[in-house]
Amino acid sequence: MRLLEYQGKELFAAAGIPVPTGKVAQSVDEAVAIMRANPKPSVVKAQVLIGGRGKAGGIKFANDERDIVGPATVILGMNIKGEIAKRVWIEQRVDIVKELYLSITVDRQSKRPIIIASAMGGMDIEEVAASHAGAIAKYRIDPAMGYWPFVGRRVAREAGIPKEVTSQFVDILGKLYRLFFDIGAMLVEINPLAITKDGKLIASDAKVDIDDNGLFRHPELEAWKTDLPADALEERARKTGLAYVHLDGDVGIIGNGAGLVMGTLDAVKAAGGEPANFLDVGGGAKADIVREAVNIVTADPKVKSLFINIFGGITRGDEVAKGLVEALGGGSWSKDKLVIRLTGTNEKEGREVLQANGIKSVETMNEGARQAVALAR
Amino acid sequence: MSIYLGKNSKVIVQGITGREGLYHANRMRTYGTNVVGGVTPGKGGQKADEFAVFDTVHGARASTGANTSVIFVPPPFAADAILESADAGIELIICITEGIPVHDMLKVMSVVPKSTRVIGPNCPGIITPGEALAGIMPGHVFSQGRVGLISRSGTLTYEIVDQLTRAGIGQSTCVGIGGDPIIGTVFVDCLHAFERDEKTDAVVLVGEIGGTDEEDAAALIRDKHVTKPVVAFIGGRSAPEGKRMGHAGAIVSGGGGTAKAKIAAFQAVNVPVADSPADIPELVSRSGRQPARV
Repeated sequence: MRLLEYQGKELFAAAGIPVPTGKVAQSVDEAVAIMRANPKPSVVKAQVLIGGRGKAGGIKFANDERDIVGPATVILGMNIKGEIAKRVWIEQRVDIVKELYLSITVDRQSKRPIIIASAMGGMDIEEVAASHAGAIAKYRIDPAMGYWPFVGRRVAREAGIPKEVTSQFVDILGKLYRLFFDIGAMLVEINPLAITKDGKLIASDAKVDIDDNGLFRHPELEAWKTDLPADALEERARKTGLAYVHLDGDVGIIGNGAGLVMGTLDAVKAAGGEPANFLDVGGGAKADIVREAVNIVTADPKVKSLFINIFGGITRGDEVAKGLVEALGGGSWSKDKLVIRLTGTNEKEGREVLQANGIKSVETMNEGARQAVALAR
Repeated sequence: MSIYLGKNSKVIVQGITGREGLYHANRMRTYGTNVVGGVTPGKGGQKADEFAVFDTVHGARASTGANTSVIFVPPPFAADAILESADAGIELIICITEGIPVHDMLKVMSVVPKSTRVIGPNCPGIITPGEALAGIMPGHVFSQGRVGLISRSGTLTYEIVDQLTRAGIGQSTCVGIGGDPIIGTVFVDCLHAFERDEKTDAVVLVGEIGGTDEEDAAALIRDKHVTKPVVAFIGGRSAPEGKRMGHAGAIVSGGGGTAKAKIAAFQAVNVPVADSPADIPELVSRSGRQPARV
């Protein structure tokens, strides 16, 4: 679960990490009220997850309740690369003399949390890595040891963090590490971590991504979910427990097992088509689950054909076929725009069941992909 | 046995009184696996079908001499189950559970001793055809032979194995290493094991987007630690950045973990990469006719 900046800053503040004073607004009136209560030079920032909002015009400035009206009106409802800004975060401006970078993420290779820091903040860390690899310090921390101040001192020295702010840096990193563990984060990132004119460190931005598998331990974060941008079909699938990803194409895809579905998407793409989605119905392919899967995939108006690719393992092919026939029986989707590829145990018997019910079935994944792409034309 | 699992493995099932646990315990036993019992806290002394149930892994191991555990407990309790097995001295721990918090696995992997092998989580398990099955794989699609297989995916493995079997290419051991970001056993571990294994002539590696395990495997081959032929397939070539494709670990982020980079890494070390799973049997037969990389 990726959080919006204002949500991340709320977590930072609760963890004792310094952030600028700010408030979130959902309407121009709310924005005006915030500035009336606190008429100080402020930054008005679009609350979106997508990167590059500054360049897209999603960050503006205001000094009082009158000149907040323009920026708030423009930003609220602004479409930034397909994402609508439903909120603005209004925070007091700080005088920045230098920008640093600090993050903790999960390093899959070492199976440890990794601290990444740089004195070159304010830009994408991938860009810094590409152009100034030596400017980045990394430390893979043993979770059994946990964070100790020496880690912060070492990282600060290797990243070239100015000496005057090292003790603040060590303190903030310790708090960030605790937050990383407390909320089960995949990423906590402060970019930029600003040095102000009066020599204080402050988190100017907040990027937080929480592991979905750990969310059951944080019911308090549930309320934030409704504030996040979401795809209506993905949301519907999530509620029914189906792994569905909405894509841009017109060939609907259903399969069992993430790897097989990914392979099916690749086959459709290789056949010159564009997948409309990823949908994994899981093992067994039971009739009611397949029916809901078909309903979700075909609720996307772009979908012109449907390709179902099932491997019958423990659940035999003929049983899977009966489930498919039952699921498709209500006429929820035209059999003319459907291709099924059934393979594995008892595949012949399975195909016979499909054919007897007037459903096209093919033997190979590539042939199925080719036909599904042709049907979408 | 070829690698990790064989007919001498003594298997217990953690979560054996659950629906999935008991169903698969029976299927494993039917396949020929020596399933010596199971564990469900609070139900020790009972029977689940024909299986003796113990309260703790320690107790189960003391009574049965088990050296392998297959875990079917729900995500909030799975890390505890892995650690309990490691603490009791179980050598091979296979965690089937999907949905374990990543931070739980970070903690688990930081304390599990090097002598303990954890496979998964979020994996279909491991099979040495004709000897033993520890997991949820459909045993009958596998056949005995001399090709090892390592995969981050379940059904895609069955699909590929089914095609290998039909082409007359049997398997030595097939390991489903799991689709999560933090897993106990990675490609590199399995490649080392297959390289040492006398019963394996070639290896099929089934990777997907996310992380750098495939690149690490390619580096191992480049550095000549693997001389047996390897054939690869990478799923997720059409996946857009930032979208999690079913598996928690299958995500391209910050431009890293792309299928393109993984395919390029394998091609650079002369590992053929199949365009489609259907091409794998042909690539495997061809690899056997090529001189081994020395």
